[in-house]
Amino acid sequence: MSAVALQMVCVAGLLGLAALAIVLSRSKISTPVIYGATLAVSAIALIGALRFLLGGAADATTLTLPVGLPWLGAHFRLDALASFFLVVINLGGASASLYGLGYGHHDPAPHRVLPFFPAFLAGMNLVVLADDAFSYLLCWEFMSLASWALVMAHHRERGNARAGYVYLVMASFGTLALLLAFGLLAGPAGDYGFAAIRAAQHTPYAATLVLILMLLGAGSKAGLVPLHVWLPLAHPAAPSHVSALMSGVMTKVAIYGFIRVMFDLLGQPSWPASVVVLFLGSITAVMGILYAMMEKDLKRLLAYSTIENIGIVFVSLGLAMAFQANGLKAAAALAFTAALFHALNHSFFKSLLFFGAGAVLTATGERDMDKLGGLIHRMPFTSFVVLVGCVAISALPPFNGFVSEWLIFQAVLQSPELPQWALKIMVPAVGAMLALAAALAAACFVKTYGVTFLGRPRGTAAETAHEVDRFSLAAMFILAALCLLAGILPGLAIDALAPVAAQILGSRMPAQAGQPWLSIVPIAEGRSSYNGLLVMVFITVAASLAVYVIHRFASRALRRGPAWGCGFSDATPAAQYSGVSFAQPIRRVFGTLLFHARDHVEMPPPGDIRPARLRIELHDLVWRGIYAPIADAVGFASTRLNRLQFLTIRRYLSLVFATLVTLLLVLAIWS
Amino acid sequence: MVVISDIIVQGVQMLLVLLLAPLLTGYVRKIKARLVRRQGASVFQPYRDLLRLLRKEVVLADNASWLFRVTPYITFAAIWVAAVLVPTFATGLLFNWTADLIAIVALLGSARFFLALAGMDVGTSFGGIGSSREVMIAALAEPAMLLIVFCLALVAGSTQLSTVSHFLASSYVGLRVSLGMALVALFMVAIAENARIPVDNPATHLELTMVHEAMILEYSGRHLAMIELGAFLKLLLYVSLIACVFFPWQIALYGSGALSYAIGAGAYIVKLALAGFLLALFETATAKMRVFRVPQFLGAAFMLGLLGTLLLFVSRSF
Repeated sequence: MSAVALQMVCVAGLLGLAALAIVLSRSKISTPVIYGATLAVSAIALIGALRFLLGGAADATTLTLPVGLPWLGAHFRLDALASFFLVVINLGGASASLYGLGYGHHDPAPHRVLPFFPAFLAGMNLVVLADDAFSYLLCWEFMSLASWALVMAHHRERGNARAGYVYLVMASFGTLALLLAFGLLAGPAGDYGFAAIRAAQHTPYAATLVLILMLLGAGSKAGLVPLHVWLPLAHPAAPSHVSALMSGVMTKVAIYGFIRVMFDLLGQPSWPASVVVLFLGSITAVMGILYAMMEKDLKRLLAYSTIENIGIVFVSLGLAMAFQANGLKAAAALAFTAALFHALNHSFFKSLLFFGAGAVLTATGERDMDKLGGLIHRMPFTSFVVLVGCVAISALPPFNGFVSEWLIFQAVLQSPELPQWALKIMVPAVGAMLALAAALAAACFVKTYGVTFLGRPRGTAAETAHEVDRFSLAAMFILAALCLLAGILPGLAIDALAPVAAQILGSRMPAQAGQPWLSIVPIAEGRSSYNGLLVMVFITVAASLAVYVIHRFASRALRRGPAWGCGFSDATPAAQYSGVSFAQPIRRVFGTLLFHARDHVEMPPPGDIRPARLRIELHDLVWRGIYAPIADAVGFASTRLNRLQFLTIRRYLSLVFATLVTLLLVLAIWS
Repeated sequence: MVVISDIIVQGVQMLLVLLLAPLLTGYVRKIKARLVRRQGASVFQPYRDLLRLLRKEVVLADNASWLFRVTPYITFAAIWVAAVLVPTFATGLLFNWTADLIAIVALLGSARFFLALAGMDVGTSFGGIGSSREVMIAALAEPAMLLIVFCLALVAGSTQLSTVSHFLASSYVGLRVSLGMALVALFMVAIAENARIPVDNPATHLELTMVHEAMILEYSGRHLAMIELGAFLKLLLYVSLIACVFFPWQIALYGSGALSYAIGAGAYIVKLALAGFLLALFETATAKMRVFRVPQFLGAAFMLGLLGTLLLFVSRSF
């Protein structure tokens, strides 16, 4: 069986599971059966895709099914790029299924989740495999609708209905943009197969329009600012393992779409396009993490942080476009590999963190971190793996987030080679924005972890929390181990990505497997190198040495006592630093301008025994500046047009007649 | 044979930074005291402080977790590894290629991440205020630092400190405005990162004005000793960084024999003494600024770094 056929069989299996879930709907065994089977199918698809990718992905295999457009059929194709994204999707799918085996038991309405979960996975797999515009759009829409159904799984909870509505509107808008983009790509001949599109010549004008439409279509799904508004509403509304899939995996499918069209189908990218992508990417990275910093809902914070990471990936893709347009092959391969590596890493740690948030939700029933605290004592394993995820997402060595960001910085440092002045000046500034985003991410995850897991419990829910089940823990531990492995052995991942870069750009990064001590050397030995394994070993050895020497030769005495309160021991845990107060310095530095943030202190007059109150005013300027006016305009127009519903038959007839005459007049003038 | 001598030189550097770090801090304190006409403690006082702390028992808050207990060791180890990777008296050490300047900065970031978490662990307001301000300062310092790295990489064609130092020491670079700007910017970042005046006061005991000290308020005994030693090492690291990049005079190039290593070590100590004196002078001459003036201070460092980078482009293209 060819590689693509295996993937299609897996997809069929997933769709069959979706049907089975409907049949089993109310039965008790449905949860373990569906998640267990999904785990097995995803694992098979993962192994198939990995074998194809590690085998060099030399020849793409295709498959044509006699469905879809009658004269076209449905084409599916497995090449290096698709196989990499299949790895991301199925790894995410397998870990989410494993997590679901435990987490699913707490679901109040499993029959609203189970049919759509494998269907959603099947949809994502199909998007990546599709090889003609019609199948691509159909699968894309199927994926969107399946995820929409999952967002609406708990539709009675406050805010979820609105989240589903906004998501549906934005998803339709995105698909419309994609539809137009593929229409342009197909050209006047209307050849929708990807092979034909790839072979055709595209005028610069059409390429520009396609870029704009792809940024709107794929960008809205990925969460580019200012198209991100649906993402922090919809991702947290779904059950946590689905949130992990939407944030960790579905955004990558959008990135796949962008890469497929901009790098593969359109052919050689142009440098002005890269300016736009770099600009949007850097804005997205910084704004995403600033939004996250202001947030106190655990899952929404993670969703905002996804926006940041998408921005980082887009910056890296923009760099790859700039280098590729100027024929700097090695630098382009470096930036492109860094983008893919960061996408992979993000799927690891974001899934891990969403699983952790789900575990906290199961244990306490609480998503507001300002009501949590001290969970490290009650959930030791969860708190350990979430710590790993927080360190990894904050881009700190020796974990994986650092390696991909380091590679992106190395790509940024190649910018002096670029001939265009606009890019020369822009890229260092973009690099500084990335550094700002990385530092803010560290701040944000100190806040997240510190407020949720450390300190004293801020309520009874946090006080009485218990560790979660073994399946959830297993899923989280596997992802944490992957975060560490990708961090200390990045050379393996870079070499595995080489066929993808070779397919898309025609060049690849130098092979890392032969480097001494398993270092990574992106360009040349003298320029820069990094060795995560040695850094890890050095830190471990140095810390162990310090512990040994001190415990052996100095003191090992320890006494417990109350915390030092400087003469005023504050008894109430409410007096601790909360997420909102932790963010205050950064809110003051950045938020005054970007969120119109104001702190109001309401102090009662002397003699009054009311407590003083601190009220924080934050505005989402993107929503207020773009979306609210559009919503108002639509509301205004619909109110006005409402009168059309209550006309007499004569007026309706005259309306039809007038329209007919107008159209005929237009036609007469036109021709 | 070559490998053995490489290992020895690397080992010497590891011990050298560990042993010199408290001395540098003691020396800066001594100079500061003398500048305000106090006698001041001996320059060896930090060693005595460390030994005293190591012998004392640890008093741990009731609800401190395991993270609170491992953080001092992680922090110390990360900073020590970072300090070892910066060339001090010689370039081209055995493990210099393990991490470049970006990775060294990130290692310091790891140390700070854990320290800020430990500040939140006990659940007192002091730890929280210290942590939240520390991460704000770091968030502003890091972009400025990256632009400095960028500026250096443009001049030397590498982010590998050993290569940069070798290049600047062995070839004629001349006086460059960009390098001057990068130096000033790096100095400002170093002040902020090391919690020195005017950003933070290492000697304060007034809770509301302190950042770093508030964060570690709950630590005692051997844990505090580790954190203090980490802070000493970090100061030494930044001084070594400035010295090896901007003043690489007499630094021993790779494989140049024992004599030049000895000269390099001597020159390094002279550089440390000079830098320590200038730091003490600067600290005595300035007053601590309000916390919300720090963004302007670090914004200036950021702008200097950006200007330096752009000037390099301009000077290169003509």
